[in-house]
Amino acid sequence: MEGLRRHYGQVVALDGVDLTLQPGELVALLGPSGCGKTTTLRLLAGLEDADGGTITVAGRDVSRLPASKRDMGMVFQAYSLFPHMTVRQNVAFGLRLRKVSKEDRDRRDLQMLELVGLTEQADRYASQISGGQQQRVALARALAIEPKVLLLDEPLSALDAKVRAQLRDQIRRIQLELGITTLFVTHDQEEALAIADRVGVMREGRIEQLAPPTEVYSRPATSFVAEFVGLTNRLPGTVSSGKVTALGRTLPLVDPGTPDGPAVALVRPEAVTLASGAGQADGSPLSGTVIAITFLGATSRVTVHVGDLTIMAQLSTSDASALTAGSQVTLAIRPDPVLVSADKVAASEE
Amino acid sequence: MAAIGSLGDSLSVVQPAGQPAGQQGMQGGRRRRLNLFRYAMFTIFGLFFLLPLVAMVRFSLEGTKPGSFSTSAWTQIGSTPGLLSAIEITLELVVLTCVVVLVLLVPTMIWIRLRVQWIARIFEFLCVLPLAIPAIVLVVGLVPVYNRIERTTVSPLQLFWVYVILALPYAYRSLSAGLTAIDAVTLAEAARSLGASWATVILRVIVPNMWQGILNALLLTSALVLGEFTIAEILNYSTLPVALFNISRATANAGVLFSTSTAALLFAFILLLVLSYAGRRLQRNRA
Repeated sequence: MEGLRRHYGQVVALDGVDLTLQPGELVALLGPSGCGKTTTLRLLAGLEDADGGTITVAGRDVSRLPASKRDMGMVFQAYSLFPHMTVRQNVAFGLRLRKVSKEDRDRRDLQMLELVGLTEQADRYASQISGGQQQRVALARALAIEPKVLLLDEPLSALDAKVRAQLRDQIRRIQLELGITTLFVTHDQEEALAIADRVGVMREGRIEQLAPPTEVYSRPATSFVAEFVGLTNRLPGTVSSGKVTALGRTLPLVDPGTPDGPAVALVRPEAVTLASGAGQADGSPLSGTVIAITFLGATSRVTVHVGDLTIMAQLSTSDASALTAGSQVTLAIRPDPVLVSADKVAASEE
Repeated sequence: MAAIGSLGDSLSVVQPAGQPAGQQGMQGGRRRRLNLFRYAMFTIFGLFFLLPLVAMVRFSLEGTKPGSFSTSAWTQIGSTPGLLSAIEITLELVVLTCVVVLVLLVPTMIWIRLRVQWIARIFEFLCVLPLAIPAIVLVVGLVPVYNRIERTTVSPLQLFWVYVILALPYAYRSLSAGLTAIDAVTLAEAARSLGASWATVILRVIVPNMWQGILNALLLTSALVLGEFTIAEILNYSTLPVALFNISRATANAGVLFSTSTAALLFAFILLLVLSYAGRRLQRNRA
């Protein structure tokens, strides 16, 4: 995709999106509602027309082709199985349109149903299977036509947490098995980070960062990415000589070229460690009061008041179990490179 | 009745445990009164609808002497001048109107839902408009048009033009309900992404999923054409209702009036049953 643009009246949905998918790669587009991720997918599928830009698949410009000629399989957020057809007929629908012989069609649809583990449901209708199964059939249907690109538009968002995690892993396994180039749209960062080779974080019709999940998380390109992907503590401080000093701690910067001056350091909760007991009177190490402990399973999030600031720390649940609300703790910040948000100092200090 | 009774009996099984006996007794009494009310209403409305029909059947079987029975009114249906041709014309009009209404409305409504939703309100207004125009007003406007048509052809089948207009509101509502019941946009997009042309989307994906709406539209259109009298009479076309009216003015053939009316009613019932059965079967196949 090159310079893809789309307007809805005065609203700019896509503002020159450039994105290249490598063969066999799974790219996840992540962003808040209205950032343009679904629009990108729909333009790629041909379900909407772009106002500008080009879409090229394997060297062929498909920008002007209708959706039916683009050879892209798509799985939708809403359940999209044809209710009057059985599971098997749904999977074979695209093959029938391509006039594949009955013998090949039968072989192919069974193969696809085996791939998603639904051969036993082949003769059922959509209303007779669960939501998770419906999405698996939709995936089999999209894959049956051997598309050049697989497009997944928040296919897991209507499912419950357990089915969602299972299907997410299944999608990744199938994608790797078939080596199919895939674009996955989601607003769930955990999903995007877990499944993708690269994650594109979108904001206001643009891709802010496109990088492997670990890089997006640990070295966010912009303060928006840092704040959108994962939780961050906003600590007011001062940038000087490529480092930022916040709460008396000096931390390295992701971008050492950041101009000197006041800034807000964006620190991940897992970079904050806690120990029971108050700090020294001069404030070093930092001391604070635990105000809440949120159990998250293997880890727990502990919220601590340090002066006027509220700081979150992510600890293992066994470590957090030693703490109680109201107890005094000392805080330490791991010296990982951090990003600063220079434009929000005033708001943060308020 | 038995079904209602057994439902009432089964309800008593799910009384919350530990409820005081007095309270249970009060609820039982209330339930009995409710059931009594249901039976009474069912009987009153049943009689209200059935008595005229029974009377019609009875009159159609009236013999020459008071209180005697005869099937002559039924056997005369074929020999009454103009009646058979009126029946034939009406049935042809039913088919023609249904076909034109469906061919006009189904693809248009699907297309509006999928591609041009901004005109949906205007289209709805246009379709519902005939409801707001009295038939007599419609005729006044249509007479010059039909006079012009009659210069080239005088077939009573030309009535289908105006019947299509009259059927629009009912057919529109039925089809609209059928379309609303499915996520037409997502189904169409899924089909398009699999390589379906627009014609395939409409005929093989959307239409099979709105059968119930189509059947309802067919039923209402058929019922309308079978019963329409005002326009056909004023435009001087002899359809079944017009023929029945003419027979009613010739008292000697009064029995034929009742037998033909009963036959027309039976035809409408059978049509209703067939369409309902087809709709239920479609639903059962998918359930």
